[in-house]
Amino acid sequence: MGHAQAYQEAMNMRAVDALMECLKAEGVDVVFGLPGGANLPTYDAFYDAGIRHILVRHEAGGGHAAEGYAKATGKVGVSLATSGPGATNLITPICDAMMDSVPVVFITGQVRTELLGTDGFQEADMIGISMPVVKHSFMIQDPTEIPRSIHEAFHIARTGRPGPVVVDIPQDLSRADIPYEPVTDVRLPGYQPTTEGNQKQIRIAAKALANARRPIIYAGGGVVSAGAGAELTELAMSDRFPVTCTVMGLGAFPGTHEQWLGMLGMHGTRAANYAMDEADLICAIGARFDDRVTGKLSEFAPRAKFIHIDVDPAEISKNVPAHIPIVGDAKNILPRLTAEYRALAADPGRLEEWWSRIRVWQERHPLRYDDSTDSEIKPQYMVQALYEATGGEAIVVSDVGQHQMWTAQYYHFPQPRRWINSGGLGTMGFGLPAAMGAKVGCPDQTVVCVAGDGSVQMNAQELATCAQEGIAIKVFIMNNGYLGMVRQWQELFWDKRYSQVEMGEWPDFVKLAEAYGATGIRLQDKHTLVDDMKAALAVDGPVLVDVRVTREENTYPMIPAGQPARNMVG
Amino acid sequence: MGEPGTKEVLSLDELEAVAGLRTGRKHVLSILVENKPGVLTRIAGLFARRGFNIDTLAVGPTDDERISRITLTLDGALHPIDQVTKQLHKLINVLKIRDLEPRETLARELAMFKVSADGASRAEVMQICEIFRGKVVDVTKRSVVIELTGTCDKVDAFEQLVRPFGLIEMARTGEIAIARGRGET
Repeated sequence: MGHAQAYQEAMNMRAVDALMECLKAEGVDVVFGLPGGANLPTYDAFYDAGIRHILVRHEAGGGHAAEGYAKATGKVGVSLATSGPGATNLITPICDAMMDSVPVVFITGQVRTELLGTDGFQEADMIGISMPVVKHSFMIQDPTEIPRSIHEAFHIARTGRPGPVVVDIPQDLSRADIPYEPVTDVRLPGYQPTTEGNQKQIRIAAKALANARRPIIYAGGGVVSAGAGAELTELAMSDRFPVTCTVMGLGAFPGTHEQWLGMLGMHGTRAANYAMDEADLICAIGARFDDRVTGKLSEFAPRAKFIHIDVDPAEISKNVPAHIPIVGDAKNILPRLTAEYRALAADPGRLEEWWSRIRVWQERHPLRYDDSTDSEIKPQYMVQALYEATGGEAIVVSDVGQHQMWTAQYYHFPQPRRWINSGGLGTMGFGLPAAMGAKVGCPDQTVVCVAGDGSVQMNAQELATCAQEGIAIKVFIMNNGYLGMVRQWQELFWDKRYSQVEMGEWPDFVKLAEAYGATGIRLQDKHTLVDDMKAALAVDGPVLVDVRVTREENTYPMIPAGQPARNMVG
Repeated sequence: MGEPGTKEVLSLDELEAVAGLRTGRKHVLSILVENKPGVLTRIAGLFARRGFNIDTLAVGPTDDERISRITLTLDGALHPIDQVTKQLHKLINVLKIRDLEPRETLARELAMFKVSADGASRAEVMQICEIFRGKVVDVTKRSVVIELTGTCDKVDAFEQLVRPFGLIEMARTGEIAIARGRGET
């Protein structure tokens, strides 16, 4: 039966057309994907569905683009791929979204049901392969399940602790006719995230804060996900609580505020790490005590008691036992905690001593580097120049490596969702496609990507997508000709035995940009860098800027892996 | 503004960590899950991934055909049980988890033992079987198969007693459990 006929019957349509209706009902305005045999019916439906589809050049690029879109907008990203290799190419973005709690729905094609389990052409057990790295997944077994599964996938992806959801649809089921009725509810008896936060616990937390003499607020990506940046700032300013953020939380608290200590963790500031080390009360909000934050766990914050606020109860006491656990959404909890705290009218003078100690650390150990005496561009300066050239107002997407840490250190993010990076999985190749997704989601904002010469090559093919779609991202490659972070570790911990880290002169990024139909620019003079960057930002369309920086510069300060914060070097 | 149970003054020194602790005893978890394909894989995968060791696992239907019950036992000396249950709760298909209180729980498993029993030892094996209220379900000239129901400890004890006669094979289901009294498990 042709689908034209199906349309004539009021309720009957192809399952893929119902899928389009579901996407529209979820408010999806754009998807990132690449067609293949098993999702041909879905692509036939896209032909006239009125949903913007961006044709990526590699499914991983599409997956990361959907993540970038979700991180920049706070909405659910959507990424599509066909069965087999298309689906397996999504595994890295799915795992990345899981680690960083990014709401993305991944819709994959699957071989026809009669071929399932036969090692059919382009068959891969996507549900099985993705199971360890999804928040949830749906294997469609009956075409009438598709609408409900799609809505439930969106619901699961965006609520509670956000995360990736996979919907795997066999080809024959996707083209079947189904009676379609809009789905207005979800039926997930086993999924009821706690969002409220226990009032009694909140009151105890307020009292603990009022009694603390060396408190610190340690905020993570959960504050950004919850949209609770303003609420966090309110809490911090209800007294003079010092604030530090994880690499995922940057922007949740203004990076220029006088109570801001900088990022904490392996490449955090000494002030932040030392304050954690000496604190008597740590108020963790939407953070998960990752090893890059704690260093040696047994010596982490030895004097501290912990308030731990998180929407995911399993994070509480997972790595560090909490004294005052509060399960719920930070956006609900923080205003109530602030109100309870204010009602106690604690003496702000008790924090004077703590602040004078922190100020000493800040004065003695600011972030620093030795600038060049000639025109050479130090990588740290490159980030400072970018901060100046963008007025600190860009959405900055980073790849993974030294450049990521320098950007986190030297770009002072004024608000949430301005800093997008792969913190948990540490996915090289994340940056460029994520920037593409962020720009699609926020077309009126300047979106820059800071990449390494190593990581940018892992998804550079998406420049073609940007050129074709007119997605005007500005990619600044911090080019040192090395896999820089690995080189740094080989220098510091492996006797400078540089094994397989030299990337050399290849490729010529200016020519690469031109081949893709983007603008290529090479910059190597410190003295004109800010102006040159401004000029690059002013160019229409996608731009790839090859910034030549000092080759062997190390990211400092640093807590060597597995050591306590006290042992910071550099 | 005081609420019952909340002290007005709170000293940080008095705060104690409330979770992440190891109990050091065996735990029986009764888990109700949606009866859908792949649910057991999700649970098994979660345990493998997080390094939780399952001692026994039993799966079967409940009075509601849409719901299955998984009974699993694990060692509270090896794992913080609250972390195990919280991770399990994150699985969308998991409906309810109860960490059963040993004193308020009836737990049983079924075991089958194939024991060497020729002329000389047969009577003795049968006697042990009787003491344990086991049932002989198969007899050959040289062996018997005994069916036994009981707690895990009882089955362990029986195994120790018959092993010296020559334990040819053993199959155990792992414990299933239900709470005493009227309350739902």
